[in-house]
Amino acid sequence: MLSVQNLEVVYQDVILVLRGVSFEIPKGKIVSLLGSNGSGKTTVIRSITGLLDIQNGDITKGSITVDGEDITNLNPSKIVEKGIAQVLEGRRIFSELTVIENLRLGGHTNSKDVPKNIDRVLDLFPILKERSKGEAGYLSGGEQQMLAIGRALMSEPNYLLLDEPSLGLAPKLVDQIAELITEINSQGVTVLLVEQNANMALNVSSHGYIMETGNIVMDNPSDVLLKDEDVREFYLGLNPEGTKRKSFKDVKHYKRKKRWLS
Amino acid sequence: MTIFLQATVEGLSLAAIYSLVAIGFVLIYKSMDVLSFAQPALAVVGAGIISSLAVDRGLPFIPALLLAIILTGVLSLIIERTFLRPMVGEPVFSVAVLTIGIDILLRTFLDSWIGINPRYLGDPFPTYGTLGSVNVGGINLKYLEIAALVTAIVLITILSIFFKRSKYGVAMRATSFDQEAALAQGINVGRIFGLVWFIAGILAAFSGFFMTGGFNTLSQFSFVKALRALPAVVIGGLDSIPGAVVGSIIIGLTQGYVAYYQFQLEGIVGISLGNGFSLLAPYLIMFVILIFKPDGLFGTEEVERV
Repeated sequence: MLSVQNLEVVYQDVILVLRGVSFEIPKGKIVSLLGSNGSGKTTVIRSITGLLDIQNGDITKGSITVDGEDITNLNPSKIVEKGIAQVLEGRRIFSELTVIENLRLGGHTNSKDVPKNIDRVLDLFPILKERSKGEAGYLSGGEQQMLAIGRALMSEPNYLLLDEPSLGLAPKLVDQIAELITEINSQGVTVLLVEQNANMALNVSSHGYIMETGNIVMDNPSDVLLKDEDVREFYLGLNPEGTKRKSFKDVKHYKRKKRWLS
Repeated sequence: MTIFLQATVEGLSLAAIYSLVAIGFVLIYKSMDVLSFAQPALAVVGAGIISSLAVDRGLPFIPALLLAIILTGVLSLIIERTFLRPMVGEPVFSVAVLTIGIDILLRTFLDSWIGINPRYLGDPFPTYGTLGSVNVGGINLKYLEIAALVTAIVLITILSIFFKRSKYGVAMRATSFDQEAALAQGINVGRIFGLVWFIAGILAAFSGFFMTGGFNTLSQFSFVKALRALPAVVIGGLDSIPGAVVGSIIIGLTQGYVAYYQFQLEGIVGISLGNGFSLLAPYLIMFVILIFKPDGLFGTEEVERV
């Protein structure tokens, strides 16, 4: 189980981005984390994988444990060795390098199993096999996303953190990615899915968390969230027939306390 | 024709020397986005260590040479650890100025050690100082020049295999392309930086030896020669290793040809270009190329999104 307890993150010593976030990802499950832009989803992933430092962020409170072991503030390479891999937002493949080199880099921490894992990943993504010698930058968006996921799988992770895998993809490809996530999960990989595409995320995951301005405001099984009226309106764009669209202001769960001038 | 060939050979051996320093520049620039001005200083420090081991300490030449080259690599690694590691995330400008500081620091120590008289680096031959030469069809080939060419070719081949095949070579390319994505793969970026500086130090030491070996000798002004690798990288484009090699060849050949053909050139132009014009010519070439290709011949064009 990957568990995040009361996590507080500050960027550049002044910008408070996460205000005490707690959630759990039980082993073998897919959990999704939803929220609008700037709610802190990516920061959550960064804190887990140790990438805050490079963005001048610090964990000021709270802890992250994986299977009971504290991994707060470890080096990114140590965290990968603990079996946590991530797919960065916007794919971030090494576009000047070939597909195979990208995969080899994914297996940097367990290089002796690289050939075996390359075969495994290429079986999972047959489309990459045909273009394995080509420069990764020439792949299409969907293929690049698959490469990014395949690269993350090269380290044989127990936990896979996906940051907006549906970003910029056609609906058909999004369905394909969703299927892949289910398949990867069925092979025993626990998945945290960070998404804006709530429909896709809630359909593949068993549990969902919803974030607003650095807080988790809702936490329910996915099917409950899919039926929730506010979630339907603001994340799925469906409002009950005959009703007026509500303003986000009325339904948002986290209301900032005004401490001054009022 | 003989003169032409002679000029070509000398130009190419200069190119070999410059390319070793130039590749060091490019490696550091690619990984850290910083032009390290300490590179020429490292080259002469390498030469200094060779001289100290081979002449002052009296070690056999070849072991002294190899030991000194590795020591320069280690020194470069220590510089990265102590001075540059704390600067990660700081503005590139500050880091570049810091490398100027390191350059001054290294050269101050070295100059006070060299003293007024130039120092020999020693050589493996019984006749002291010359390192010898051979005459092929009227062309005088210095062993040192041949050695420089061969070494540069071998080192560049090894490096390109290293970047293509080895785990750390590929990781270095990935890090220079996208540091954050490299971190996310579990690559220890700090270790990669250390490795970059180690390799750059070794390359600098090699070129330092070829620049100051034999009759050339190491003096307080030797670093100026190494500094001439700078126009080579600027011509080639700061972030391209093939560019660094091509730039070095352009600079080396220009210098070689101008040295031999300056009189004819002056005849054509009709003005006297003065003594030592061959040392200035590379910079002129650099200006001309930069007018047409501001990012260098092979450099990545900088695109700024508004």
